[in-house]
Amino acid sequence: MKIGRIIGTIVGVVVLIAIVFTAYALITVTHGGNEQATQPVGAGVPVDLPTTMARGEYLTRAADCEACHTAPGGQPFAGGVAFKLPFGTIYSSNITADKETGIGDWTDDEFVRALHAGVDNKGQPLYPAFPYTSYTALSRDDIVAIRTYLASLPAVHAPARPNELSFPFNQRWTLSLWNAAFLKKERFQPEQGKTEAFNRGAYLATALGHCGECHTPRNHGFAMKSGKALAGAELEGWRAYNITSDKEHGIGAWSDQELIDYFSKGHAAGRGTASGPMGEVVGYSLQYLTPSDLASLVAYLREVKPQQGSAAPAAAAAAPTATTASASPGEQLFVGACAGCHLESGQGRQTNYAMLTGLRSVRDPHATNLTQIILNGSSLHVGGQEVFMPSFGRAYSDAEIAALSNYVVSHFGGQQGTLSAEDVAKRR
Amino acid sequence: MIVLSINGQDTQVDVPEDMPLLWVLRDVLGLNGTKFGCGMAQCGACTVHLDGQAVRSCVLPVTGAVGKKITTIEGLNATDLGKRVQQAWLGIEVAQCGYCQTGQIMSAAALLAAKPTPTDADIDAAMSGNICRCGTYVRIRAAIKQAATGQLTLPQTIA
Amino acid sequence: MTLRVDNQLELPNPQRRELIKRGGLVVAFMWLGGASRVWGYTQGARLDADHPQFAPNAFVRVNTDGSVQLVMPCIEMGQGAYTGQATLLAEELDVGLDQITVEHAPPNRKLYSNPLLGDQATGGSTTIRFCWTTLRDAGAAARAMLVTAAAQRWKVDPSQCTAARGVVTHTASGRTLRYGELANEAAKVTPPAKPTLKDPKDFQLIGKPLRRVDTPAKVDGTLPFGIDIRVPGMKVATVQACPTFGGTLASVDETRALAIPGVLKVVKLDNAVAVIGEHFWAAKKGLEALTIHWNKGAGAGYSTEQLYKDLADASEHGTPIMGREVGQVDKVQGKLISATYQLPLLAHATMEPINTTVHVRPDGCDIWVGTQVPARCVDVAMKVTGLPAESIQVHNQYMGGGFGRRLFEDSVGQAVAVARAVDYPVKIIWTREEDITQDRYRPAYYDRISATLDDKGHPIAWTDRTTGPSILATFAPGAMGKNGLDSDLVECAAELPYQIPNMRVDWVRHDMPNGIPIGWWRGVGPTHNVFVVESFVDELAHAAGKDPMAYRREILADNPRAKAVLELAAEKSGWGRESVPARHGRGIALAAPFGSYLCVITDVEVSPQGEVILKRAVAVVDCGTVINPNTVVAQIEGGVIFGWSGAMYSGITLKDGAVVQRNFNDYRVLRLNQTPPIEVYLMPSKETPGGIGETGTVMAMPSLANAIFAATGVRLRSLPIDRSALVQDKNALKSVLSAANPASSTPDGVAGQTGIFT
Ligand code: FES
Ligand code: FES
Repeated sequence: MKIGRIIGTIVGVVVLIAIVFTAYALITVTHGGNEQATQPVGAGVPVDLPTTMARGEYLTRAADCEACHTAPGGQPFAGGVAFKLPFGTIYSSNITADKETGIGDWTDDEFVRALHAGVDNKGQPLYPAFPYTSYTALSRDDIVAIRTYLASLPAVHAPARPNELSFPFNQRWTLSLWNAAFLKKERFQPEQGKTEAFNRGAYLATALGHCGECHTPRNHGFAMKSGKALAGAELEGWRAYNITSDKEHGIGAWSDQELIDYFSKGHAAGRGTASGPMGEVVGYSLQYLTPSDLASLVAYLREVKPQQGSAAPAAAAAAPTATTASASPGEQLFVGACAGCHLESGQGRQTNYAMLTGLRSVRDPHATNLTQIILNGSSLHVGGQEVFMPSFGRAYSDAEIAALSNYVVSHFGGQQGTLSAEDVAKRR
Repeated sequence: MIVLSINGQDTQVDVPEDMPLLWVLRDVLGLNGTKFGCGMAQCGACTVHLDGQAVRSCVLPVTGAVGKKITTIEGLNATDLGKRVQQAWLGIEVAQCGYCQTGQIMSAAALLAAKPTPTDADIDAAMSGNICRCGTYVRIRAAIKQAATGQLTLPQTIA
Repeated sequence: MTLRVDNQLELPNPQRRELIKRGGLVVAFMWLGGASRVWGYTQGARLDADHPQFAPNAFVRVNTDGSVQLVMPCIEMGQGAYTGQATLLAEELDVGLDQITVEHAPPNRKLYSNPLLGDQATGGSTTIRFCWTTLRDAGAAARAMLVTAAAQRWKVDPSQCTAARGVVTHTASGRTLRYGELANEAAKVTPPAKPTLKDPKDFQLIGKPLRRVDTPAKVDGTLPFGIDIRVPGMKVATVQACPTFGGTLASVDETRALAIPGVLKVVKLDNAVAVIGEHFWAAKKGLEALTIHWNKGAGAGYSTEQLYKDLADASEHGTPIMGREVGQVDKVQGKLISATYQLPLLAHATMEPINTTVHVRPDGCDIWVGTQVPARCVDVAMKVTGLPAESIQVHNQYMGGGFGRRLFEDSVGQAVAVARAVDYPVKIIWTREEDITQDRYRPAYYDRISATLDDKGHPIAWTDRTTGPSILATFAPGAMGKNGLDSDLVECAAELPYQIPNMRVDWVRHDMPNGIPIGWWRGVGPTHNVFVVESFVDELAHAAGKDPMAYRREILADNPRAKAVLELAAEKSGWGRESVPARHGRGIALAAPFGSYLCVITDVEVSPQGEVILKRAVAVVDCGTVINPNTVVAQIEGGVIFGWSGAMYSGITLKDGAVVQRNFNDYRVLRLNQTPPIEVYLMPSKETPGGIGETGTVMAMPSLANAIFAATGVRLRSLPIDRSALVQDKNALKSVLSAANPASSTPDGVAGQTGIFT
């Protein structure tokens, strides 16, 4: 009987804690945290903001709102972008000024609360695919500026597409528990003793740019692992690389200019070309950063704690291996469909963007991003141009794409490609 | 103004920087031997040489060709090799509709310039980016070998 | 040799020809020599006074300067038609191919209609069949008149004179006169009522691998195709039509487009938008910058899955039209084998994307286009502009591939409509994406086929029901058969080279719904039917437990030409003599399409992951009298590659009413490194020439599918090849696909079909 009572007590305590926690969660869910009266150092817009650009527009770009709120071929900010998550599909909402389907009816306070607390104007929790976990650090002034800019754009009538989520993920109230557990509703605080550039960079990377949402690995509760900031993660079939200052695993070895090229043009020779989700970040957001902000971002990334692993291994000096007498199937595919842009040498003379050598995506034996790009193509809008690669997923078989990926990884990346047809099938 | 060196001549063009070389050649300069087939580097119809290397002009922004030597099919016969390739093409009667053939010949000439005696694998690697819908591949192989060796690879009873 | 590209001659009012009555064979075609001769050119009365010409008929013109022009009724799209036609004319005219220039015929149905197609058209592998007598007669008539003129001058009998290489010789005296010197007098000679043709043993040109007349300018880039036309003041446009068929343009916001430097104008049509620019690049960027809204139309939800379902439904419940019935199929007892086959929509993807250059003026319209149907282009321009036929000039151009796509003038009508909006000439070029998503597709088909076998495994009854649309019904409704039969649907299905006593071959007409545009594709009806029939014959061989070659020998009808090609193919391919390694296979196709007899044998290897590697093809061809063996071989090579390409990868699919494939990245075609050696053997023959341009395509598909069956035991009843069905086993998919070694299997230790074919 003693045992029974102990168990009973434990169960009772657990239930009680759960009830208290749930009550706390439900009560605090709409609370946005302590608002600050003044802009913290690091927030706002840079001094070299071009006069032609509104404050709100710059911040909207820096916060990369458009990428997630504009469906392919759809109207800007009208929502409808699908996010395929392990437990279902979420569609982004319409954030144009349309009163009925957009946020035209919201008050500034409601909008600020949405970004700070992750709830809509009715107080309903939003799914954290909307990165309020990062935006919560934004200053109120900046959020209001974003809101003002959005309100200045054409209103688009576009009803939200219902999410397709399985139980229990379709129960919105559960999100308040998640928020209570994982959301720290705190505004950005500049780090004392660091340069202004560092702090500005921190604000850009964490609050506005929300880099960690993709680049920081997540824990079992699907929240960012704080100790592993920017150490690299996999999301929606893409690998967001380690962008810590680690020289081998991260971007420590990239020069400042290489980083700036990558942000502003989507390409750094011998380092990488932004594609997939990162291509969108460059296209919608990073290319618009002013020179001072780019420098700040670099300054910040230089000091991110180095992390190992979870990324493409170090570059073996990747000299393309000599062609053998009879070409492998992967090579045969490459010379037919790929060499036109990338060249047999991988130098991509047609356009620098087509350069393969030195890229992390071709040094990844799992070829995660490489297969994504081959399957789905890639499109980067930068500097008023479109740099694009067509998709090959429809006409090429799993076995072909596996063979091609393995060839590219071994030929240009000096790694042993390990893909099978089955692996590719899973990534479709 | 953009200055291009095309077939040994400096030529000035006033075009947008992102305009692919293909359209500069065709629509601005009237050099129509370079063809449009796909516009995305999948077919090779637009192949020209940039400093001797075969490139797809449909995806090459014109600025990428500045300061380089551009050779188009119109200038190919300036070299012995170019003539030899064209001769082999005629000898074997490669062309059917002919639309892809200027691109094929440019790819073949670049290959032979780099590898005067190409192996089958070399030919495959250099030529597989050029599509021919008429299906002249068998003869393209033969013509390249003929241009390389000077030896007839098909019975040449052509009067 | 020079090639004149643009036809400077202007003909009088192109004759309107009433639509053919039936079958496509009875047409207003007239023989152009002799008494009914049409003085097309001289009556045109636009001759240059300094260059009087001898133009005895619509095909030959001899100038006083000695130059000879041959006017080609059938157009050149790569198939060697100019060389073939010129050879026929030159043979009887006694000139060398190096002494002539060739020209496209202008639109004129009265002079240049092809009776096999019932219009001034090139297609269906009919050029040589159409021209075999027509052009030899024309050449012989002209030669006879020139020789008579010389004989008159020398006051000798024409029979004492010979002609060779454009020179008439009086044999006895050795006197000579060149054709140019005789042109004026020859024009006054009465044409022979029935010109005498050469004895085939005297042929100088026919049967020789002569150089093509069109290729020199194709290797130095000087030959202009339609897309290369430049006329003074011309601008360039590109166009986008509603992605869903039958849809219309709702609205377009052009502000962003007009802001792009070089963009001149946005032209709105009912179902399309065009952007005109200084050059193609501006036009293309302009088009991309438009915000277009479409009324998607009734077909907006249509998909390929639904299409096949509809076809299957129609096959079950539709009313069949009889193609051919012999014996009494229903009375036959035996082992019944049946199967269902399904073929996809296909795009042509000619290498030269669709383009047309048009200048519309208040009083006239000029059209520069590479077309298989010049007269139809006049028709459509009349319709769009309201101008009379005599004000419309179609300047036919070389084509970067036709394959049937340019038998349709839809794009010309669209181009005229765009050009009508401006007063300058405009060249409309479709992007490849537009070319693939707005094609006239080879229709999808659904076929149910069955056979009853006797105890030897031989078919004693055969039924074949095809279900699909009629292209002819849209192209020339008057040419449909009496009972509503479109013979294209049963061509090479109704008549088989095999001995089958009871047969019923019928067709359920099921037009492609929702305005899916359809058209002929290289190989037309036979490409579809021979795939089904020859695959099924292989199935029967398998059911009978017999080797496919041996089985065909057994069931072959008394058909010496079919037998001969089969036997030679067996010999040349080494059938039954060599062991075939595991997952390698060899497949036959035997048929008689377009009046020729062919047997094609394809060798393949199939990797454990299901990838098909082509190894070799042997093609044996009996196309009757060969005009130019070099061209025949080239057409077979190209045709086989076209067919393999289609079977391996092609297939247009629809999603939400629009075509999914857009460019060569997803409408994939065979590349050079996938192409194996192709051996072509021509049978010597004195028969009337058969068609050749499409035959290789017809044969390639079934021989490939049969080879894959031999290699894997998997019968493919739909195309394109489903490679996932060819996977050896699940473990094969798990294996890492090495970058260094071919994915193909090694022969040892791998389960599969091995051994010697007997
Ligand atoms: S047009 Fe450039 S590769 Fe096709
Ligand atoms: S010859 Fe016609 S596409 Fe190559």
